[in-house]
Amino acid sequence: MSTPSAPATTAAAIAAGVRDGSLKAADIVEQHLAAIATREPEIHAFNLVLADEARAAAAQIDQRVAAGEDPGPLAGVTVALKDNMCTRGIPTTCSSKILEGWRPPYDATVVSTLRDAGAIVVGKTNLDEFAMGSSTENSAFGPTRNPHDTSRVPGGSSGGSAASVAAGFSQVSFGSDTGGSIRQPAALCGVVGVKPTYGYVSRYGLIAFASSLDQIGPFTNSVEDAALMLDVIGGHDPLDSTSIPQAHPSLRDAMQQDVAGLRIGRITDLPEGADPDVVERLEVAFDTLRAAGAKIVDVQVPAFTFGLTAYYLIAPAEASSNLARYDGVRYGMRVEAADTNAMYGATRAAGFGDEVKRRIMLGTYALSAGYYDAYYGKALKVRRLISDDFDRAYQHADVLLTPTSPSVAFQFGAKGDNPLAMYLCDTYTIPSNLSGQPGMSVPFGTGAHGLPVGVQVLAGTLQEPTMFRVAAALEAAATKERGLQNGGVR
Amino acid sequence: MPDRIVKDKSGPVRITPEAAAKVAHLARLDIAPDELVRMTAQLEGMLEHFADIDALDLSAVEPMTQAFPLVNVLRADVVQPCLDRDEVLAAAPAAEDGRFRVPPMIGSGA
Amino acid sequence: MSQYDGLPGDWQLVVGLEVHVELATATKLFSASPNRFGDEPNTNIDPVTLGLPGALPVLNEQAVELAMRIGAALNCTIQACTFHRKNYFYPDMPKAYQISQYDQPLNVDGYLDLPNGVRVGIERAHMEEDAGKSTHVGGSGGRVHGATYSLIDLNRAGVPLVEIVSRPDIHSADDARAYVNELRGILVAIDASDAKMEEGSMRVDANVSVHKPGTPLGTRCEIKNVNSVRSIGRAIEYEARRQIDLIEGGDVVRQQTRHWDEGDGRTHTLRSKEDADDYRYFLEPDLVPLAPSAEWIAKVKAALPMLPAARRARLADATGQAANSEAVTIVVDRGQDDYVLAIAAAGGDAARGLVYVKEAFADSPKVAAADVAVLTQMEVSGAITATQAKTVLAELVAKGGGDAAAIAAAHGFEAIDTSAVEAFVDEAIATDPDAWQKFCSGDAKAMGALVGLVMKASKGKADGKAVSASLQQRRSDHG
Ligand SMILES: [Mg+2]
Ligand SMILES: [Zn+2]
Repeated sequence: MSTPSAPATTAAAIAAGVRDGSLKAADIVEQHLAAIATREPEIHAFNLVLADEARAAAAQIDQRVAAGEDPGPLAGVTVALKDNMCTRGIPTTCSSKILEGWRPPYDATVVSTLRDAGAIVVGKTNLDEFAMGSSTENSAFGPTRNPHDTSRVPGGSSGGSAASVAAGFSQVSFGSDTGGSIRQPAALCGVVGVKPTYGYVSRYGLIAFASSLDQIGPFTNSVEDAALMLDVIGGHDPLDSTSIPQAHPSLRDAMQQDVAGLRIGRITDLPEGADPDVVERLEVAFDTLRAAGAKIVDVQVPAFTFGLTAYYLIAPAEASSNLARYDGVRYGMRVEAADTNAMYGATRAAGFGDEVKRRIMLGTYALSAGYYDAYYGKALKVRRLISDDFDRAYQHADVLLTPTSPSVAFQFGAKGDNPLAMYLCDTYTIPSNLSGQPGMSVPFGTGAHGLPVGVQVLAGTLQEPTMFRVAAALEAAATKERGLQNGGVR
Repeated sequence: MPDRIVKDKSGPVRITPEAAAKVAHLARLDIAPDELVRMTAQLEGMLEHFADIDALDLSAVEPMTQAFPLVNVLRADVVQPCLDRDEVLAAAPAAEDGRFRVPPMIGSGA
Repeated sequence: MSQYDGLPGDWQLVVGLEVHVELATATKLFSASPNRFGDEPNTNIDPVTLGLPGALPVLNEQAVELAMRIGAALNCTIQACTFHRKNYFYPDMPKAYQISQYDQPLNVDGYLDLPNGVRVGIERAHMEEDAGKSTHVGGSGGRVHGATYSLIDLNRAGVPLVEIVSRPDIHSADDARAYVNELRGILVAIDASDAKMEEGSMRVDANVSVHKPGTPLGTRCEIKNVNSVRSIGRAIEYEARRQIDLIEGGDVVRQQTRHWDEGDGRTHTLRSKEDADDYRYFLEPDLVPLAPSAEWIAKVKAALPMLPAARRARLADATGQAANSEAVTIVVDRGQDDYVLAIAAAGGDAARGLVYVKEAFADSPKVAAADVAVLTQMEVSGAITATQAKTVLAELVAKGGGDAAAIAAAHGFEAIDTSAVEAFVDEAIATDPDAWQKFCSGDAKAMGALVGLVMKASKGKADGKAVSASLQQRRSDHG
């Protein structure tokens, strides 16, 4: 084995090094596998570690570089994939017993795009079963622990992906965000997490939770890496009818521009409930941007507060239909019974966990005869109100700033068995899923117990370039602040 | 936007055990009676919370059904390679004679 | 002339038909695996067809084109539309929901005119995906009842369908059959479907109710599993009588889905509507709305071929036959009307051409129209008899064409002249004076006996038409 290269800090630097031959993909992979060997037993970020596959992929990339070929813009970048993205021949479980052992016969578009770009998949990460949850406690295979404090949750549902990057198990990772499932764990684990505009990234091969809300996005250590990831995975996919049929401008280029003159919106009627430490960091963020030449403007998004209700009617309704296919006929588990109906009922009762069952019940109820208008139909109208309110706000502001999560990472079991307490974790992230607009969480210092706090940057439809400019400014300020706290030594 | 508020929240939502059982059947979830009681109480709690939107006047609001407005997304009628039958059937809980095998279909609602 | 007896008393039958038609596309409605009948089970499968986790539907443009063609041919308004999910569990329904059109279908408010002039309203013609096929093992006759298990083939799952829903404007079993026949002719003419009931590419469900004129409509039952045009009439008649018997016996008709059993000629309860599933329709979030442009709709309409009704009128016009005559109907059904017109265009006799084609060509003719045209002329000019023409035609068909005159000559065919005909007629009257007496007193059947004698004596060389003309002339001279 060759001597490990000097650790590279960003995906961009790794790819550049591997492509010019100054870094070996094999070394990069070994560094991450070593980190996994050390801390994964404690963290449980992964449902499956793909050590052999990763080594083989790295060897192939190094060979291609040696042969003078270009292995792609993500050459040698290790990635972890939320275990709800289909990987051909590799188990994909959604952290559910109902899919345990299932090997998809096809790759998600994102997966093949990443591989084609030279990225190396090191594993499939843990999640709340079928992405339903905000703590990764709802996994059928046990919870993931927060690398900053293992007595605490990493957030969810993409908790395994967030923890993987925070613990150095992979350079970057990917999750899906239906109501905050990338941004909230990113905040709790102190990494960057982005939910792009609905349709920015293909959903083909992403196992659906709520089809009209789901979007794939990256977890990274830096805003630039997040931009690089979206520049690779963003774009039109003819296999996804809801994929936006246009190329997107380079976010890596866009984020170079500073924030001078940008209008940063403060939502004056934002729902309350965020902890003081989180609110304080948000205020610092506003100050930081003002100091960088941006203008802070007050806006109102009155329907923001109804997001939770609209979301918890729409998402379970879609989920109740999306999850009906787990019927024990074609794949996944089956509990044998005397007739098909009995087989369905027994299989689904044994295969799904409590939260999934609860949401299937809620969604089925919201769609059923006599209740559609009162629940699902009404929720769709509230969704319109929220979208309209955002559009109005974005006439006055280029981006909006909110907390990502109402609190820093909480202890296991802290939300008890009251589902609503958990649902409130997504108060600030849900509305932009409903409006289909982009949002990202940027680590911005620490709060209670020295745990990471994230600031959420929200922007209008396809306004990712502006969102990334603001995120980059926040990141720069946070880095500088950390440097000062550490006595100027980084 | 206070003009959206038209009435007070309605009273607590009540779901009858029969209604809950019907929903469980529609969803093909065998839920034990005591579990169903617990779950029904949780559903009632949620729906009560979700009654916040009952205060909104939504009569003139169009439902929003698309996160990004697209229309006429069409595919050319060209055959692409199929999946391998043996690989697919090997992943099935039961197969026979090139087909998926299921228990008798009596009682299935068509 | 009805094949059915009609209803007793003043009961009136009210029928609406729902016809599912598989579209003749290369691929499925939402994915790129083949839409092909008869392949090995589960070979035309892809992630979408299997309802695999993560798979997403993308709408087939050609399926839309064909569905629009159906709408245009049925005089529908073609409109912007959406797709919904219809949720229910069934083993041959891979996603546990069917993607269908609900409150905004592609085609609405059309009509179809039956050959007898009855106009049947078309409520809608919407797009949806087909389910797979279940085979029941262990029961009697492959039925679901008594089966020990079932096997699922998903080749058909996802095949594009158009469901054509008529208004309840059909009031006889004959009209129901005529509707299905006419619809099938249209679908084939516009290349939308092969519309084969026996292969299931066209499937008919009938909503049947009875009432007395001036009273409200009765409760309807939906009859499924009607697998041939013949069964449609039988099933409807049976069901109507069942309902009348119920009502007249003081009972009520309950809204039900009933299953037609071809074997015992009855309908059986499949399930009552009371426990019909709650389908929880909602807009399919994986698809976007479809809004065909005015240009696209106009193009589809402009490209429609001539439909069976117009083709029957054209052929009737050319041949002097009635538009709803058997020959015209059959020849247009078979799509051979252009060929008959080509015979006429080649100088042939259109009326004889129609008869030849109807009699001699079961499928698409392989004989040059000009060759048949010559033969029709030989017959109408009296050069050969109708009987001889039939022999020559058979040989033309067998050889795939040729010179009709040479074939006739090779057989030694020549029509005998008029004086010879008269001699044979004299002889026939002398042989059977009884028949001659009956013929003179108006017994039409007796003429057949006399003509037969002439044909026998002349070894078929006498022209049948000349013989009957002679007989009729003699009778009027005689009388
Ligand atoms: Mg129907
Ligand atoms: Zn249908």
